[in-house]
Amino acid sequence: MESTILRTEDFNASFGTTHVLKNLNIKIQRKKITAIMGPSGCGKSTFIRCINRMHELNSNATTKGKIYLDGQNIYEQNPTILRRKIGMVFQNPNPFNTMSIYQNVLAGYTLNSYKLTRTKKDEIVEESLKNAALWDEVKNTLHKKGTFLSGGQQQRLCIARSLAMKPEIILLDEPTSALDPISTSKIEELLYGLKRIYTIIIVTHNIQQAGRISDYTAFFYLGELTEMDETKTIFTNPKNIQTQNYITGRFG
Amino acid sequence: MMKERLRFRETRNMIFKFFIIVCTLISIIPLVLLIVYIFRQGISVINWHFLTSLPKPVGEAGGGILNALIGSLLIILVATMIAVPFGVSMGMYFSESSPNWVYKIAHLCVDVLQGIPSIVIGIIIYIWLVKPFGQFSAFSGSVALSFMMLPSIIKSTEETLKLVPHSLKEASLSLGVPYYKTMLRVIMPAGISGILNGIILGVARVAGETAPLLFTAFGNPFMSFNIFKPIASLPLIIFNYAISPYEDWHRLAWGASFILVSMVLILNIITKVTETRWKVQF
Ligand SMILES: Nc1ncnc2c1ncn2[C@@H]1O[C@H](COP(=O)(O)OP(=O)(O)O)[C@@H](O)[C@H]1O
Ligand SMILES: [Mg+2]
Repeated sequence: MESTILRTEDFNASFGTTHVLKNLNIKIQRKKITAIMGPSGCGKSTFIRCINRMHELNSNATTKGKIYLDGQNIYEQNPTILRRKIGMVFQNPNPFNTMSIYQNVLAGYTLNSYKLTRTKKDEIVEESLKNAALWDEVKNTLHKKGTFLSGGQQQRLCIARSLAMKPEIILLDEPTSALDPISTSKIEELLYGLKRIYTIIIVTHNIQQAGRISDYTAFFYLGELTEMDETKTIFTNPKNIQTQNYITGRFG
Repeated sequence: MMKERLRFRETRNMIFKFFIIVCTLISIIPLVLLIVYIFRQGISVINWHFLTSLPKPVGEAGGGILNALIGSLLIILVATMIAVPFGVSMGMYFSESSPNWVYKIAHLCVDVLQGIPSIVIGIIIYIWLVKPFGQFSAFSGSVALSFMMLPSIIKSTEETLKLVPHSLKEASLSLGVPYYKTMLRVIMPAGISGILNGIILGVARVAGETAPLLFTAFGNPFMSFNIFKPIASLPLIIFNYAISPYEDWHRLAWGASFILVSMVLILNIITKVTETRWKVQF
């Protein structure tokens, strides 16, 4: 039943001389939600940006070690092709401001010059928006600009945009930290539903959120993986002192 | 005591404000008078015949500026076609690059280019393009003008693209869109209004340039559509007619000035409108 989709092997990442991730060995399970937690600056964002090779876009960024996706080292693959297989949702919603809702969902195809028939397009848009729990709210305004939506709707549009590419993994970097509680709960619900189809890695600062939706939790501290286990084990019985402190709210 | 000090300060403020307003008025009045004068002198000359016929030889009455109008449009069109790809590319490079020494030197070059007198650019293009081919041409005029358009295009492209949020670029890259497509299909469209503005301002800036055309496009009393041959243009015709001793030609020069000033005014108004209307919200 359990199977590993992604695995790192002595993985290190730096910005110039700042050594951010240190000898990371981590396994991500297929079709599960893995939460990445830890105090600010411990390297959570850096980690997930290494998974889709966005980290290396910083001019002084370097990496060492290996990350395997389905047994293949991602650093031996073409980064643009890899990024089509790994979706990413950012902290602040970033729909394309020049595009309509419809065009935003299809952006991964159109910007990459894929040719799709009209029916195929309609199909992808409807399916992606439904999976992102946004369809009912926007089905009559598909051709309006995506930037007219509320923050929470924009974030779900961004989720739909990455779902449209049918990725193997979806990375989310604190996707609800800029949103109100109602929008947050909508996104949590939809993520919970999505793990039927997708593997999800979510960075979150919110302990309750991790507890509500994640199957596994990885806890980072100063660039090291201090503890990783099933979420309920970590929350009820953390072995590491830093994890204990974080969960009980002693720092964060 | 306190009250007196306060009153004193208020008076000083008043005097200062008054001074600023007076200075502004003093500099605006001649400008307005100038425009009004050109319009008064020019408008009486403008009619259908003036716009649609060729110049007449000395002594014959009438004659128009059709060839100069077409020539100007052609020179500017070709100049824009040359300047836009280079200017936009350079602006894009500037907006993307970190301020290393290449950036600094290139930036300095653009600033210097902006400050080079137009007549010097004319002479340089004369040496580069006219002399080697032994031929004055509309094309060499266009090249001269394209140099003068570059700074405004480069700067507005750079400034606009720097304002496009980094998050849009990340969104595109994370969808597996290659860098060059991200620049062309996401970043450029997001900044298109600013880039267009720079292009229009560039056109407005060179539309009335005379000096660089003296040694390049040269002028031509006949109709010509060949960009590799000498061609007439509005600024040149104004120059030639204005320094001539004939009363009738002076009137034609006023008419041409009127057309030129209107064109530049309209271009400036367009940039103001696009600036507010087309602005993409981030
Ligand atoms: N562009 C950058 N250049 C240099 N250092 C950076 C950069 N981005 C992040 N860092 C550093 O890397 C460390 C980890 O950052 P990050 O992964 O964003 O942490 P987190 O997401 O866990 O809050 C921080 O100490 C931060 O200062
Ligand atoms: Mg972060």
